[in-house]
Amino acid sequence: MISNSLVYLIALPLAGAAILLLAGRRSDKWGHLLATALSASSFFVGLYQLSLMLGRSNEQRPISQKLFEWISVGSFKIDAGLMLDQLSICFVLLITGVGTLIHVYSISYMSHDPDRRRFFAFLNLFIAAMLLLVLGDSYLNLYVGWEGVGLASYLLIGFWNQKPAYATASKKAFVMNRVGDMGLSFAIMIAFATMGTVSFTGVKAAVEHTSTAALTGIGIMLLVAATGKSAQFPLQAWLGDAMAGPTPVSALIHAATMVTAGVYLITRSNFIFDAAPTAQLLVVIVGAVTLMFGALIGTAKDDIKKALAASTMSQIGYMILGAGLGPVGYAFAIMHLLTHGFFKAGMFLGAGSVMHGMNDEVNMRKYGALRKFMPITFATFGLGYLAILGVPPFAGFYSKDMIIETAFNSGGIKGIILGSVTLLGASITAFYMTRVMILTFTGKSRWDDQAHPHESPWLMWLPMAILAIGSVTSGYLLSHGNALVNWLSPLFENHGEHEELLSPIVVSGLALTMVAIGVAIAFLKYSRNQVSDVAPENVSIFTRIARQDLLQDRFNESVFMRPGQVLTKILVRTDDSVIDGAVRTVGRAAMGSGASLRGVQSGFVRSYAALILVGAVALIAAIWVVTQ
Amino acid sequence: MDAANYLYLSALLFTIGAVGVVVRRNAIVVFMCIELMLNAANLSFVTFSRINGDLNGQVIAFFTMVVAACEVVVGLAIIVTIYRSRRSASVDDASLLKR
Repeated sequence: MISNSLVYLIALPLAGAAILLLAGRRSDKWGHLLATALSASSFFVGLYQLSLMLGRSNEQRPISQKLFEWISVGSFKIDAGLMLDQLSICFVLLITGVGTLIHVYSISYMSHDPDRRRFFAFLNLFIAAMLLLVLGDSYLNLYVGWEGVGLASYLLIGFWNQKPAYATASKKAFVMNRVGDMGLSFAIMIAFATMGTVSFTGVKAAVEHTSTAALTGIGIMLLVAATGKSAQFPLQAWLGDAMAGPTPVSALIHAATMVTAGVYLITRSNFIFDAAPTAQLLVVIVGAVTLMFGALIGTAKDDIKKALAASTMSQIGYMILGAGLGPVGYAFAIMHLLTHGFFKAGMFLGAGSVMHGMNDEVNMRKYGALRKFMPITFATFGLGYLAILGVPPFAGFYSKDMIIETAFNSGGIKGIILGSVTLLGASITAFYMTRVMILTFTGKSRWDDQAHPHESPWLMWLPMAILAIGSVTSGYLLSHGNALVNWLSPLFENHGEHEELLSPIVVSGLALTMVAIGVAIAFLKYSRNQVSDVAPENVSIFTRIARQDLLQDRFNESVFMRPGQVLTKILVRTDDSVIDGAVRTVGRAAMGSGASLRGVQSGFVRSYAALILVGAVALIAAIWVVTQ
Repeated sequence: MDAANYLYLSALLFTIGAVGVVVRRNAIVVFMCIELMLNAANLSFVTFSRINGDLNGQVIAFFTMVVAACEVVVGLAIIVTIYRSRRSASVDDASLLKR
């Protein structure tokens, strides 16, 4: 179906960003209100579209809008177009809904910052770019949004770029994202070369006439793109440093929305991965490796935001793994993505609230006993905590258990390995999240002298409370009567039922047992003993490695950065000596011959005359010799 | 009389003029030597005209005289101006353009 109102979803926040950036300081007084209002109105447009979509039959639900003819060269035509279907509407509501809540939160959180208006302009820019990413009707349109969110992420991570470390963090995120972006551009190029089209519908139709090799290539390149944007192994190292940005940014971009773009990309490209089993297997492996990787890092982090970032990495690992399990997994990946958007954004906002009350201290070893001073933050964070653990009936129970169950039932050895990994990941998640809870909210206080913890103003706790409600209810609502699975099913090929290795009730029991073990270990380790306010030094080699993010930075530095620098130096030196050298030699030869000839120009007329005479005589002599 | 004798005379006059241009410093004398060289050339032209039995050489001699007259007008004016400003007519003094 054709619609002509989709563009407003993007245009509203984009206009906000433009107005705030162009009006400059003049909009300092009202800029944040305008940005919040525009983000909220985009959310309401999304709700309106959802109500329209609910009123249509399954086949009629996807709608599209052609914006303009973008590229037209000979037979090659690409339109800039938007498409809203059952998958994108989930993202639209998540982005604008959580985005608006975080706008509201930021009004208070950033109220002391002189550049609050600029912050809101970037937030609106991000919302617009992310909406373009999920609404684009071709890989090329998606790519525009993909780059847009990368830009917004860069601007917001480096929002306080007066600190060199923060500026470096934003640059690191940008550069690592570019590696992934290369993957996406290669995927688009391969798709265009083999299929002659880059639109989703065109590629979907062309899949059956395309060789498996090309599809595998596209799939692997799309996976590279997803690993970059979603901080998955092996391009995961930027996410921890991205916590340099203001906390609302971490909540919106680096927990709820942008980092899940990779999951969107893989789910959107389901027709490619279903036809390319090798690429699909790689997706599962990346997901499994990352979910363990993130979980292990999370156990060793004392910085509350970095612990949550590691957790995000791990949870997105679950989603990627789910998306790699094929048609049965896509819907569960999206469900986990949505519930994760609620509880992780809520917990990040909670962390921001704690930092707000503790003089921007991020070290959890300097917290403790905050439960009494921040009851609302404790309650909302606690609900998010129960949700991420997967305790029934909270959101994570429905979404994460479904992924674990699907992993177990994916068949054979692969299913048992994947199931065990996801179970173990759930246990480690329980351990590190319990650690965060204990260190932050219970035990004795280990504050600095200047700290005067207090509850945050209502503008901050209201979004946290709404997200906490989402963390409690969203899982039940989305899975009640298989609501989300049925909603999304028209988009995915159905290959029938897999044989069941373990029944759902057994999986849930196993998962809850593993979670209980993780919680119990954390309690034994951190609740019974007094926690030191400095990180202990005499720890095992494993802890030390986990504290250094499993050596990811050192690996990247020694394998890519240093050889890269050496290569650059060699190239610079070659350029200097060979290319510049040749040019300089030519110049020097001309100058040298000029200098030696300059002596002839003495300025004495008589010597010129003598030279002319000699020349004339020589010429005549030469002619005489030749003609004789 | 043999026409070649005129050519010998012409070569002699040209050589005297050339040597004068190279060795003398006084601009007036240099100028006179240049005139001498021009007229040596004229003499050659007229001689060849006579040898060949046509008028081409004589016509060219007239052209040379016209050019020489113009040159004298411009050249003497320059020499007089230089003498006024520098109180000297030495060609070696007028070498400021080299730097």
